[in-house]
Amino acid sequence: MTGDSNPIWTLVWTFALMSLFAIGGANAAIPEMHRIAVDVHHWLTDKQFADVFAISQLSPGPNVLIVTLIGYTVGGLGGALAATLAMCVPTAVLAYGVSRLMARPTESRWPAMIQGALVPLSIGLMAASGLIVAQAADRNWVAVLLTVAVAVAASATRINPLWLLLAGGCLGFAGLI
Amino acid sequence: MSLDSLPAAASAPDLPKSAPPGVFTLFFAFAKMSLAGFGGVLAFARRGIVEQHRWMTADEFNETFALCHFLPGPNIVNLSVVFGSRFRGVIGGVAAFTGLVGPPMLLCIILAALYSRYGELETLRRILAGVSCAAVGLLVSVMFRMMKPLIKRRDVTSLVVLVAVFVAVGLARLPLATVLLIATPISIAIAFLLQRRVKGA
Repeated sequence: MTGDSNPIWTLVWTFALMSLFAIGGANAAIPEMHRIAVDVHHWLTDKQFADVFAISQLSPGPNVLIVTLIGYTVGGLGGALAATLAMCVPTAVLAYGVSRLMARPTESRWPAMIQGALVPLSIGLMAASGLIVAQAADRNWVAVLLTVAVAVAASATRINPLWLLLAGGCLGFAGLI
Repeated sequence: MSLDSLPAAASAPDLPKSAPPGVFTLFFAFAKMSLAGFGGVLAFARRGIVEQHRWMTADEFNETFALCHFLPGPNIVNLSVVFGSRFRGVIGGVAAFTGLVGPPMLLCIILAALYSRYGELETLRRILAGVSCAAVGLLVSVMFRMMKPLIKRRDVTSLVVLVAVFVAVGLARLPLATVLLIATPISIAIAFLLQRRVKGA
């Protein structure tokens, strides 16, 4: 869109705007990040996007830090900082403001009702996230099988997710994916 | 990762609360929770704030989290700011936020630098391909856990909204803003009408 302007500013306004639509957290915004970073601006290839998602899940801290990795590929250290702050600060300020206004829980049923109405939206967005990363990452039926196996293992047991990610990494290293 | 853990700590309501944390304590406490948080920080934040430091009761924590989950943006980031500012004003919010985001962000920057240098190595590509398959599996499991209550309640309208959003964003690849500006009012209107019908009955 703004090809000749400074990419850092594009990062800032893109992620600042996106954060306001990230209902249900960072994982719900993955499809939009993919659309913007891969389809619109060509900052990353499909494969790189899947890699960056994998790295962000492997490292500790909030899931939102995938934007740090996207920002770095666009503008190095400055891009990483700009993208992270743009994604976090506007909504943090909003949350601060609202928490000051709602110091006491209200009797109104509106907040609970709106919250309930947003739940299916954020689940639908997470499903879309899963599909988009899977399409970018999965290359063969072993990969699909691994995805399904991890989903089942994580649902049925209380195993630490890190072990499942590492197991996936080992299978990849062995050349099975 | 988020919704299912709300009622988990509802027991043990009367742990004595300890003194409110200072600015540096906020920074280090959130840094510690964040760096321990593989695959989501929420569980660690709850353990740290409610059980370990006893800065909030389980109910207070749930209320604060519900607010942050309801607002847009990364939930846990919102939580850090709301939590920190409740005790030490704006400075406290900034301290908790910096603790939560700063250290893991530095780690991510190091990983990003390594990736930009070695990302083309065949071995690394293969490892990351395996990890991203597993990561999608984790995402799917979280999604199913959140869906379970809707299925149990036979909440067909919510499931229809869910599928519509999935199709619009995941298959048709429409922009998020467009989809939400249409879907949010519809979903709220449905919730409002259903609630009125239940009350009227």
